[in-house]
Amino acid sequence: MSEHIVSKKTYYTVFFALMLGTALTVAAAFVNLHSFNIVVALLIAGVKATLVIFFFMHVKYSSRLTKLWVAVGFIWLFLMLAITMTDYLSRAWLTYKP
Amino acid sequence: MALIETERDPARVEMHSHRHPRLVHHFESMEQQREAGTLGMWWFLLTEIMFFGGMFLAYTVYRHLYFDAFAAGSNVLNIWWGTFNTMVLIGSSLTMALAVFHAQTGNPRKVVIFLLATIVLGSVFLRVKYIEYNDKFVEHVFPAGDFRWPIVNESVRPNNIGDLLLMLVGAEHLNGAGPAEAVPEKPAINNASQTAEQAADPLMAGHVRMFFWIYFAMTGFHALHMIIGIGILLVLIVQTRRGKFSKEYHSYIELFGLYWHFVDIVWIFLFALLYLIDRHP
Repeated sequence: MSEHIVSKKTYYTVFFALMLGTALTVAAAFVNLHSFNIVVALLIAGVKATLVIFFFMHVKYSSRLTKLWVAVGFIWLFLMLAITMTDYLSRAWLTYKP
Repeated sequence: MALIETERDPARVEMHSHRHPRLVHHFESMEQQREAGTLGMWWFLLTEIMFFGGMFLAYTVYRHLYFDAFAAGSNVLNIWWGTFNTMVLIGSSLTMALAVFHAQTGNPRKVVIFLLATIVLGSVFLRVKYIEYNDKFVEHVFPAGDFRWPIVNESVRPNNIGDLLLMLVGAEHLNGAGPAEAVPEKPAINNASQTAEQAADPLMAGHVRMFFWIYFAMTGFHALHMIIGIGILLVLIVQTRRGKFSKEYHSYIELFGLYWHFVDIVWIFLFALLYLIDRHP
């Protein structure tokens, strides 16, 4: 497999998408969505990060081994956050009186 | 050369005599060497995920525990500086990606131009970070220093992109924002009401301080990564000018690109978590 060269057009498209995402997420921060503010902000951040990983970092065109490696890194991060928070989120349940 | 001459297999002799001068002996081909390099770089980036992951975990746990304090602390940060810096960093990722493109297509002159552009944008980011940090010292919210809460000495902050651009070039007086150093302390009556508010929750100041510990640790390590990155960029520029890289061999630039984009990703999340999500607690 020879090296895949991502075109300049792709880079510029991704750049404008990232700028648009930034503008959107700032605009959304000024709107009171109550508990959905965090959902919207993290969703947009996730999409932006995915664009950077897939196109700027060439992961879309990388070998399957590299893709697996990248996925493992982020799955590990998710597990650490999720398992730790099962503890913190459930502590209040001990003192909960219905 | 002696090694190649003693090879028995004519096909291998043929292959070895066509080896690229940058192909180290334990790889079969340039492709294999590049693949291994990419994987190795990602291995390093995975340790970086672990490094920042610990701080993201601390942020998540403490935001859960001290929700009100994190919202209060977050609102001390200026969303316009954050937005501006996010855009600057995305711009630097674009110039870095274009530098990689020109390295792949064998155009060292343009590689140097885009690496320089990346340094310029990275430096603008750090300059803004310096202004932001300075404001935090003026406001006495640097957690290891003379920490005071509620804020008694508010610094001048931009209220929109226009203010921000004027402040960036030091011309904030043009739109009547006033000189940055002449900030009056808040009137005493205001302080009294804030103190009463604080008395309702005596632990508030300590909890806000925790927010600023996490803010300075995360953005500080992020800025440190950028300073190291700029140092490496300078080395890459010298190496490119000396003609080290070619269409066939440019892994240093490509792999550094991965590092720079990773630092960008960290900031994308820092911006959302520190500046954006707590504006409507």
